[in-house]
Amino acid sequence: MTAPLTAHLSRLTAGVSRRSAALLAAVLAAFLAAPWIVNDYLLTVLIIILYFAYAGQAWNIMMGFAGQLSLGHAIYLGLGGYVAATLFTQFGIGPWLGLLAAIPVAAACGAVIGFLAFRFRVAGVYFAILTIAFAEFARIGFDHLDFVNASSGLFLPVKQYAHNDLWRLRGGPTMFYYVILAATVFACLLCHFLLRSRVGYFWLAIREDEQAARAAGIDTFRYKMYAVMVSAAVTSFAGVFYAFFYNNLFPEQVFSISRSIEIILGPIIGGVGTLFGPILGAFVLTGLAETLNSGMTAFGLDLPGATQVFYGICLLLVVVALPNGVWPPLARRLGLIEDKK
Amino acid sequence: MPFDVYLNVAVGGILTGLVYGLMALGLSVIFGVVRVVNFAHGEMMTIAMFIAVLAFAGLHLDPLILLIPIAAVMFVFGYVLQRGLINPFITRPEHTQFLLLVALAIIIANVLLIIFGPDARSVQTSYTFDSFQAGPLIVDAAKVYAGAAAIVFTAALFAFFRFTLVGKAIRACADNHTGALVVGLDVKQLYALTFGLGAACVGAAGTMMVLIVDATPMLGPSYTLLAFVIVITGGLGSMPGALLGGVLIGVTEALAGLLFTPSAKSMFAFGILVLVLLFRPQGLLGKRLT
Repeated sequence: MTAPLTAHLSRLTAGVSRRSAALLAAVLAAFLAAPWIVNDYLLTVLIIILYFAYAGQAWNIMMGFAGQLSLGHAIYLGLGGYVAATLFTQFGIGPWLGLLAAIPVAAACGAVIGFLAFRFRVAGVYFAILTIAFAEFARIGFDHLDFVNASSGLFLPVKQYAHNDLWRLRGGPTMFYYVILAATVFACLLCHFLLRSRVGYFWLAIREDEQAARAAGIDTFRYKMYAVMVSAAVTSFAGVFYAFFYNNLFPEQVFSISRSIEIILGPIIGGVGTLFGPILGAFVLTGLAETLNSGMTAFGLDLPGATQVFYGICLLLVVVALPNGVWPPLARRLGLIEDKK
Repeated sequence: MPFDVYLNVAVGGILTGLVYGLMALGLSVIFGVVRVVNFAHGEMMTIAMFIAVLAFAGLHLDPLILLIPIAAVMFVFGYVLQRGLINPFITRPEHTQFLLLVALAIIIANVLLIIFGPDARSVQTSYTFDSFQAGPLIVDAAKVYAGAAAIVFTAALFAFFRFTLVGKAIRACADNHTGALVVGLDVKQLYALTFGLGAACVGAAGTMMVLIVDATPMLGPSYTLLAFVIVITGGLGSMPGALLGGVLIGVTEALAGLLFTPSAKSMFAFGILVLVLLFRPQGLLGKRLT
């Protein structure tokens, strides 16, 4: 039993240079220590950053690894959130058990979308728009679904909690911080492992040239299906977290196209297909938004939309200056070798 | 419900759908030639809507008179945008183009929000409450004018692509990019012209749209999505297809609003989109793209 396990472990660490390992350990230590250092406001910002890092990593599996551009990831987010929140409010079932229901629901939804798209050879821009269509369909559908309170929204009971109840995910920011930190670390490890697995290599082959991959004997349909389902399943936890962190769910918000866009901006800014791109992108974007917000307040400017304009301009500048994202040039600067070409 | 209610609603839907079709035509032209999906399409329409609202409020100019000037302004906007910003991106991956245009959309929507505030603004023309009656049929005059203007504008664009040399050159670029370069066409210039024409379409559609809906800065995303739905339903790159798709979606939304609930109407539009993508991915009038 131990031999395959150590083999797996050595495969996980293979190719990670001493330098990157040291850097990783330092970053992780900083993250673990953060709640003792930063104040409540910064901790909330860090929670949001990690939430985007996690969701971005999930999206990255589908787009960054397998090359399937999804612009409707809000559907998996929303389904995850709604399944867990409904089980919690209606039947008193905790979020971790709820997650066991949310994951198959989201994966099944991904399977349906993937099956229809790949079977009928909907690809490229058309595929992206199909994913938007399904997310919009779900948004309007949930808006009229009385079982989940339709457009008036689903609320989770909010109380002041004397102590953190991890099992029911009710408590203060520090608990949520560690939960999402653990999830993000898990997602990174999962992606790292996937990239070094057979499936991961097949995904990269499909991303680079689908026809060649098929010619080489890869069952592209099946592996694209895996990509969508894994990505959807991983995303669903982001939805569960969203529901229990914000304590409310509105179809207009959780399924909206802006949720989907939010999720994918991080990995695109950070670097699509890289392991640390989604995390770095989440930092850059959320950090930027928060800095702009506090900067505007500091200068006494209270113009609705002004922050967003700056945000848009920054996005524009990044995409013009760094078409491959922030991470690849940064990794080169730091002397780290990325496992990407 | 009596039959003439359905008929009235359907005719209203057709007329609105013609304006939708003109808007979507802009997206279709841009994608068909430049191969960039304009994710800021709805936002470009909101610009045109606010110019129309402003010109009406300040100068008392009727949107029907403003049609050509606003289309011209939007043409310049589109031309400059393609030349200055989008052109380097045409060979880059789709997600990079997506990010660029989403950034642009965020900027446009929020600049409009800063200038005009979040309130809805409408145009009250002398014919806003007029209607035409033919037998049991009663239709809003504003919708009739808007639909007719959309048809005229589309016809003019169609003639331009069909009969002028520049139009032919643009079609050549769309058919075969390398071939167009080989015969010495200035593809960069033609792409910019095309983007300008697409923007002019959406500008004209926006000008007509103020007769039908109120303008708010945040209208953009839903109209961008609507344009996608229409264009894919009709067939990307097909000009009659965009118009047909517009009418189809316009009627579907109008009837769905009547039979079910107005808030669920776009669900039917997306339902049509999914069916078309699966069973006729090239669209109703489109040619299969490879």
